Parts: sequence; C-alpha cells; structure tokens
Amino acid sequence: MTLLAAAADTSVQLSGGETVVFWVLGPIALAGALGMVFSRNAVHSALWLVNTMLSLGVFYVVQEAPFLGAVQIIVYTGAIMILFLFVLMLVGRDSSDSVVETLRGQRVAATVLGVGFAGLVGAGIAEATQDLPVTGLAAAEGEGGNIPAISELLFTKYLLAFEVTSALLITAAVGAMILAHIEREPGTRRTQKELSRARFLTERPQTHSGPGVFARANSVATPALLPDGSLAESSFATGTEVQLPDQLPRPTGREQLGSPDAALGTTDGTPSGIPGGHHR
Amino acid sequence: MTLTWYLVLAAILFTIGAVGVLVRRNAIVVFMCVELMLNSVNLTLVTFARATGTVDGQIMAFFVMVVAAAEVVVGLAIIMSIYRTRRSASIDDANLLKY
Repeated sequence: MTLLAAAADTSVQLSGGETVVFWVLGPIALAGALGMVFSRNAVHSALWLVNTMLSLGVFYVVQEAPFLGAVQIIVYTGAIMILFLFVLMLVGRDSSDSVVETLRGQRVAATVLGVGFAGLVGAGIAEATQDLPVTGLAAAEGEGGNIPAISELLFTKYLLAFEVTSALLITAAVGAMILAHIEREPGTRRTQKELSRARFLTERPQTHSGPGVFARANSVATPALLPDGSLAESSFATGTEVQLPDQLPRPTGREQLGSPDAALGTTDGTPSGIPGGHHR
Repeated sequence: MTLTWYLVLAAILFTIGAVGVLVRRNAIVVFMCVELMLNSVNLTLVTFARATGTVDGQIMAFFVMVVAAAEVVVGLAIIMSIYRTRRSASIDDANLLKY
C-alpha cells in the first residue's frame, strides 16, 4: 500500500536511486547516439546504437514500464539490431562511408540546424514540463501490475489497432520475402558436372599455389614467391588485395618482438643471394 | 531530479538522430538514425504515461515498436535489393528518379 500512498502524493521530485540511474545511463545513451552518428564504420554505428537502446530499456523499467523494457531489449537489441548486422554483413562496407561531402556545407548546415532544434525543443520542453507531477501508474494498474493492465487495454480499447498490427506484420514479412528473393530461371543453375569441367578443363588443373618456402605470413592475401623472388600471379587470392608481409596489419603490443623476421630469428627479410630477391 | 530530464534527453536523442539522417550517406546508418528517433519518441511516451498516470502511453510506445520492426524489415529488404542492382548502399547513388 506504500505504492498507492506514493502515487497519491503527486510530487515533482523523483527518488534518489532513480536520479543516480538517470545520470549514469543518460550520458551513456547520449554517447551511444553520438558514437553512432560519428563512427565511420557502419558496424561500429550498430554497436553504439545497441548501447543507447539498452540504456533506454533500463529507463523504461525504471519508469514503471517493465514490459516495454523487456520488449525493448528483446525486439530492438535482440532482433532489429541483429537484422541490421546481418544486412551489413551481406551488403558489406563500401564507399558510402567516405568522408567526401557531396553537397557543399551540408554537414555544417545540418549541425547548426540540429543544435538549434535541440535548443528550441529542449528549452521548450524544460519550460513547459517543469512541474510535471510524478503521478505513477500504481492507481491505473491496480492489483495485477503492469502486464495485466497493458493486456486489458490492448484487448479492449485498442483491439482494432492490435488486429491491424497483425496485418501490418504479415504484409511486412511478405514484402521482405518478395524484395529479398532472387528468382532464377529454371535450368540456369550450373550443375556439378559443369562446375567440375570449368574447374579442371583449364590450363592449370590444380589448386592455387600456397605461400611457398619463403612465406613470412600465413595470410591468404600474401602471394607466393617464385624462385627468383618475384610474386607468383597464380597465387593471388580472389576477393582481396595482394598484401606483402610488411604491409599486413600487426597485432599491437608486440613491439619487443619487432618485425616477423626478428621474431623468426632471421637477419634479412628477403631471400638472400637470389637475383631479384630484393626488388620487392 | 524531475521527469523533465527524461523529456530533454529524448529531445536531444531525437535531434542526434535527425542530424544523422541528414549527414550520413550509408543507407543502413540512415536507417539506424531513424530507429534512434523512434526510440526517443518511445521514451517520451513512457515518461508521459507515468506523468499522467495512465497506461495508454505505454501501449502507444508498444505500437511504435511494432511499426518500427515492420519498417526495418521492409527497409532493409529494399536496401538489399538496391544493393543487388546497383552494387552500392549509398543514398547518393540511388538517384535514378532524377533523370
């Protein structure tokens, strides 16, 4: 009954614990949003957004909406963001993450607009809702708590909207299937026999050559070396650019080991005494 | 602390999302910014539900989530099919209607 008593008391101030939660998670949510806009990599953007959404989920739970908090975490961070990551992995990173402005001054204009909008709306809200009472939901929810109260409204007052929602979801599912489906002409798919012929009836019926004896890296991007020290073109991997061992990204924190050659105990990076061995 | 802070935070998050829609060029990131805007509106709805002492705001937030889920599914499918035909997820490249 203390809850009801607290609900009847329409004070403006929130409890101390909630204040702490807000001032810890509020900046985290803000940092997540800013990080999403500013990070170059779309995958990083998605992870920053997950940060914000989890904070918002906690806010819902704190604000007497435990059902929405759970739905937020399950649906948004669990389903929607995973869908985002799946599409990111399918589409891949491309030039759209570049920093070149296509419209001159667009970024500055957008920032000015954003700051102005945030100032206007924020100040307006702060002014208008200064003495917003914390009525609380204890009276509206009654004995059952949050979820029975929501379900009661959902299946009486908002029944039509709820039914329309099911139609919306089915339409969305069918639409996504139609848009993402690839229709192949029957018979255009290559059979195993044809694939085999394409693989073996060539000039070199063999696998790509491996890194070879002079390998200094086990990355597929590293080409093999011919005996004269030049790069073997037949070993170039498809789908990735050729990278020499010196250009490969190094694990950090291994400065004491120096270069791979130093770690291996050899004194010279290139095969010595071989003509052309130093031309890389 | 008062409920106002939640509303101010929601307003700032909404603005960041709007600026992101204007600034970013990757269609998927633009979609994420739209999601952020929807989320901030949800926070506002939940806060006002608490202030007025009714559950209706929470139900509206719930419907917003459902609509957001449907929108994301269809939007990402559209982005994928654009990517298949044009090999790009940049919103600057999808300009065929201009010509």
